[in-house]
Amino acid sequence: MNSDVATKNNASTKTKSKKKRSQWSEVWRRLKQNKMAMAGLVILTILVLLAVFADVIADYDEVAIKQNAAVRLQGPSKDHWLGTDNLGRDIFARMIHGARISLMVGIVAVSIAILIGGTLGAIAGFYGGKVDNIIMRFMDVFLAIPSILLAIAIVGALGQNLFNLMLAIGVSSIPGFARIVRASVLTVKDQEFVEAARAIGATDTRIIIKHIIPNALAPVIVQGTLGVAGAILSTAGLSFIGLGVPKPRPEWGAMLSDGRQFLRNASHITTFPGLAIVITILALNLLGDGLRDALDPRLKQ
Amino acid sequence: MGEPILRVEHIKKYFDTPKGLLHAVDDLTFDVDKGRTLGLVGESGCGKSTTGRVILRLLEATDGQIHFNGKDVNKLNKKEMIELRKDMQIIFQDPFSSLNPRLSVSEIIAEPLIIHNIVKKSEIGKEVSRLMDVVGLAERLVNTYPHELDGGRRQRIGIARALALKPKFIVADEPVSALDVSIQAQILNLMQDLQEELDLTYLFITHDLSVVKHISDDIAVMYLGKIVEKASAKELFKNPLHPYTKALLSAIPVPSLTKKRDTILLKGEITSPINPKPGCRFAARCNYAMDRCFNEEPEFKMVEGQHEVACFLMDK
Repeated sequence: MNSDVATKNNASTKTKSKKKRSQWSEVWRRLKQNKMAMAGLVILTILVLLAVFADVIADYDEVAIKQNAAVRLQGPSKDHWLGTDNLGRDIFARMIHGARISLMVGIVAVSIAILIGGTLGAIAGFYGGKVDNIIMRFMDVFLAIPSILLAIAIVGALGQNLFNLMLAIGVSSIPGFARIVRASVLTVKDQEFVEAARAIGATDTRIIIKHIIPNALAPVIVQGTLGVAGAILSTAGLSFIGLGVPKPRPEWGAMLSDGRQFLRNASHITTFPGLAIVITILALNLLGDGLRDALDPRLKQ
Repeated sequence: MGEPILRVEHIKKYFDTPKGLLHAVDDLTFDVDKGRTLGLVGESGCGKSTTGRVILRLLEATDGQIHFNGKDVNKLNKKEMIELRKDMQIIFQDPFSSLNPRLSVSEIIAEPLIIHNIVKKSEIGKEVSRLMDVVGLAERLVNTYPHELDGGRRQRIGIARALALKPKFIVADEPVSALDVSIQAQILNLMQDLQEELDLTYLFITHDLSVVKHISDDIAVMYLGKIVEKASAKELFKNPLHPYTKALLSAIPVPSLTKKRDTILLKGEITSPINPKPGCRFAARCNYAMDRCFNEEPEFKMVEGQHEVACFLMDK
């Protein structure tokens, strides 16, 4: 016990100059202890690797988009691990190619929403009064427009490409994040440590970044992981009306909606992309929960 | 009597509430001399803490002037204010909510050093250890988090954070009322030692009379946003003049079985500070209230020596 304390002391004096790194390594250490979070991380890593090496595993032109009427609507087999769709395309190949777009859209769109919505919400919650009113009423106006309609309008106005798609989906989920961050900032900002920070001369920016955001992060992480699922499904919706990813490029949401008409006799067409979305969300959720706990020193075992 | 380091003149702090204007602090005037401790006593909700926060400009005063070291605090711009924070610090009441739960002990104490560039980056670790030593925190606690420590240790962190900027004046906002009695004594003694060593001036806010007697040189008694009596600690305890002070002092428990106490019981409840009626604020509960008390406001004035009171009884 004694030597334990001594080594800890030594370590602390040694790492003091690189405190930033030691703080993150501490978070990583805590995250590693959480088995569920690590499972989520492993699943996500596999998904990302599959997406990155999609071309190596299955050629895009030859397998993923090549139609073959002879093998249409087949169930899983040795040649086609997850079966084929109504145009005879290999579903596994389409899924790993689709992962590229779906994962990117999901993560980038949510990042945009968190960045913009979070900043607006933090400012509204922190300053209160008029600023709060202006920002939040503006957000209410946004909320009044159905998010899919807003996304349609943005893609329609800016033109149809992948970046605009991500932007559209991201922008349409800004108000949700703004509300969550604002609510959570409101509960944190009246605590005495914020006043203490002001008393030692911290600027507003410093107070928001160092004291308020770290303490207001938990609900945002949870909402963010769920938001990724929403974003992937919104992409499907946009693809459905021809504003999403142009065919024949595969994408999970679009695969799901394409398979809908064959649900009765070839349910595997919808099952597998659906499973892929579920697994992604589950993995993100597990990781998000673990991250939330690992970032909170109070929950250290 | 030394020279005043802090001079507060007619400060007022009103809050706009749906029910009306809440007079939290109403026309306070007092000085705090360098190197001394002014105890500010009063019951909950009388505006003590608000006074402390207004002085540090954590809340903006509605009216009045605060002179610190000759500077008019309310006229400073943002940058000058941040500069002034080096000289004026605060110790908070609740050691649980006044420390950011996500920062380690060393990060909390280092923050003021970083903000004001007090020491070189490479020296921060050393300075943090020195401050921890000054307030009596073991060095092994440097990487712990506040939730792992008890109230007394947490309060020491708060004191170390306040001392990091080498302030001249500290507002202590009920620094011991959230602590156990034995820990209270430790923290009070620490604060007294620090005062001697570093030549600090305290504004010590509390509702605990035995604490204020122990630590203060002078005491000001507040009731509903106003100071009703101010004198040296000795004089006030020996010769309380205002009926409210008398009632307060008679409520202190005496550790004796034989001595009979005649506690002065106050009737009624504290009046609402929202849109207060004219006249003496204490009149409704005062055992000596006269007609005059309900119409006119007694002036705060000097009676015998350095003893100031606001009460018509003194006119006789």
